[in-house]
Amino acid sequence: MEVRSPEFKQAARIALQDANLQQALGNLKAGFPGKRAAAVARLPEFDQLRDQARDLKNHILEHLDLYLEEFERNVTANGGTVHWCRSADDARRTILDICRAQGAKTVTKGKSMVSEEIGLNDYLEAHGVTPVETDLGEYILQLRGDHPSHIVAPAIHLTLNDVATAFHEHHKRPRSDDPAVLMQEAREMLRKQFVAADVGITGANFLIAETGSTIICTNEGNGDLTQTLPKTHIVVSSIEKVVPTLEDMTLFLRLLARSATGQEFTVYNTLSSGPRRPGDQDGPEQFHVVLVDNGRSDMVGTELQEMLRCIRCSACMNHCPVYGAVGGQTYGWVYPGPMGSVLTPQMVGIENAGLLPNASTFCGKCEEVCPVRIPLPKLMRHWRDREFEQHLSPAGVRYGLKFWSFFARRPALYRWFAGSGNWVLRLLAGKKGRLGKLPLAGGWTDHRDLPAPSGKTFMQQWEARNR
Amino acid sequence: MSKAEIFNRIRSGLRVQASDDVRRAAVRARLDARAANLIPQRAQLPTAQRLKLFIDMAIESAAELVELQHRSELAGAVESWLADNGIDQLVMASDANLTDLAWSGNGLVREQRPAEVGDAASLTNAFCGIAETGTLMLYSGSDSPTTLNFLPDTHLVVLAASTIVGPYEDAWQKLRQATGGQMPRTVNLITGPSRSADIEQRLQMGAHGPRRLVIFLLHDE
Repeated sequence: MEVRSPEFKQAARIALQDANLQQALGNLKAGFPGKRAAAVARLPEFDQLRDQARDLKNHILEHLDLYLEEFERNVTANGGTVHWCRSADDARRTILDICRAQGAKTVTKGKSMVSEEIGLNDYLEAHGVTPVETDLGEYILQLRGDHPSHIVAPAIHLTLNDVATAFHEHHKRPRSDDPAVLMQEAREMLRKQFVAADVGITGANFLIAETGSTIICTNEGNGDLTQTLPKTHIVVSSIEKVVPTLEDMTLFLRLLARSATGQEFTVYNTLSSGPRRPGDQDGPEQFHVVLVDNGRSDMVGTELQEMLRCIRCSACMNHCPVYGAVGGQTYGWVYPGPMGSVLTPQMVGIENAGLLPNASTFCGKCEEVCPVRIPLPKLMRHWRDREFEQHLSPAGVRYGLKFWSFFARRPALYRWFAGSGNWVLRLLAGKKGRLGKLPLAGGWTDHRDLPAPSGKTFMQQWEARNR
Repeated sequence: MSKAEIFNRIRSGLRVQASDDVRRAAVRARLDARAANLIPQRAQLPTAQRLKLFIDMAIESAAELVELQHRSELAGAVESWLADNGIDQLVMASDANLTDLAWSGNGLVREQRPAEVGDAASLTNAFCGIAETGTLMLYSGSDSPTTLNFLPDTHLVVLAASTIVGPYEDAWQKLRQATGGQMPRTVNLITGPSRSADIEQRLQMGAHGPRRLVIFLLHDE
């Protein structure tokens, strides 16, 4: 996928004016946060589970190589194969090779953000293999030539009208504006595809070292049909998703659905362990796990290691005021919202994604709701520091900071300047006490008045009170 | 090649020493212990309350429930449920617990095979129930094809009340005992029928999996 993160500012301006998008984002804000809060309220141990999940992830990351070794050993013992892929390109080629070895014409796909990360669909398509997305949201996006705007609800940026139009165009059926009818249409269209596909590709929410299993957590059942009906099942996942045991996986499952959609549990939690067994009447004959690194191992041992705790629940973006205002596509790459603002610079380079860690009000809500307690604001600040160090910040920011630091290092001058600034602003504001226009402050005064400072500066008050 | 590179990066990031016996011992201990993490109070209830919780949570997840006392009532109950819903075809697992029932053979085509596109209803056995969220555990084997759980429009599942456990952790233990520690190809945790909210966050039932999930709960078993 093309990286459009450098265009964040223009994209945000357009998104804010887009009535259709704003209507769609209203559905998100009205839904997820309230549902999560209700689910959390029903489980008094929720915060304790979050502490345990954070600690367990830290333990896993400190022993990541060893748990991955154990996972591979057990996948192999189950009759499957693990493929290690350092880059997105390695992963794409590995998957294409497996498809070609099967003579595959079409592959069905369950929802997988890692497959978006490695740009799998375009690559397969360009090499003569047709990918068919089967998750309802992803299917809608594929029909429209669109990309996910959210890691759990990929089509959240679309309205019912958008979906009805896309289906009417592609299905050649009478138009319906009933979501139930539209879903039935997709169900019918995809039945044939499930059976016709030569290969089924799914993601994985977790990889279980103890048993060599992968698990998908879904509500639709499309992932299960994707992985059960074709002759070959390919799981595409990433190295940080490994957990030690089924019990450890359970800790994360208790947090995942509640944090994501506010459900007690997703409808289908399905463990896959290798190809079909002797005597089995269905299931794939081949089982491949494609493990993608793509910059993750470089995060180990750095400040960014904490980001590898992420279980992709989407709570951070569901609660983010910036995401809620501009939507996921404005972020310009695969992962949006706060988690995307931390991951994207790692994966596409800070020189391409420097605006994202700046696109935050630093309200802290993301960290507050994160089930594995990732300090997202701190990690965004980490990228801001890197950006400044590498001289990538815009000139305005750099000169502004230089100007400020000149005064900050000269306290007497700073106080004099602040005090007289105060006085000047009051003078300009006159009797109203408000400023309608101010040079360099158009971002504020174009939309509302700026109240003039009403008293003395902090330092003046401090001195007065200590006297 | 890639594998060695990835592992080298991880190990150098973690500053792993040449001899990492301590780390290896920690990992082995965790894998062998299979210790439970915090189990919510809700999942630790005496038998009667556990059964009630299972029923409440299953219904909340939009599963339908048919309560029976004995297995002897099962075939009749399934046949009349299907008849009431205008369904005259049933695909089922070849599990002897299901095939040996007293089927009347009236007006119902029963087949033992994996599911196919267009099947109206399937019948399978649940391995156990999990009260915490009203969840069913099923697993694949020579007499229980996985497609039965996903392709048909209606999925009928038989669950013995005595197999209902409180938390997921108890179900994993039970599974390990039943399978001699060898994970089946597929383990399904199923909580209600298929659904999607991908269109404007409006919940619709029956996306790609079964539109209806009916649990036949056997109290005496």
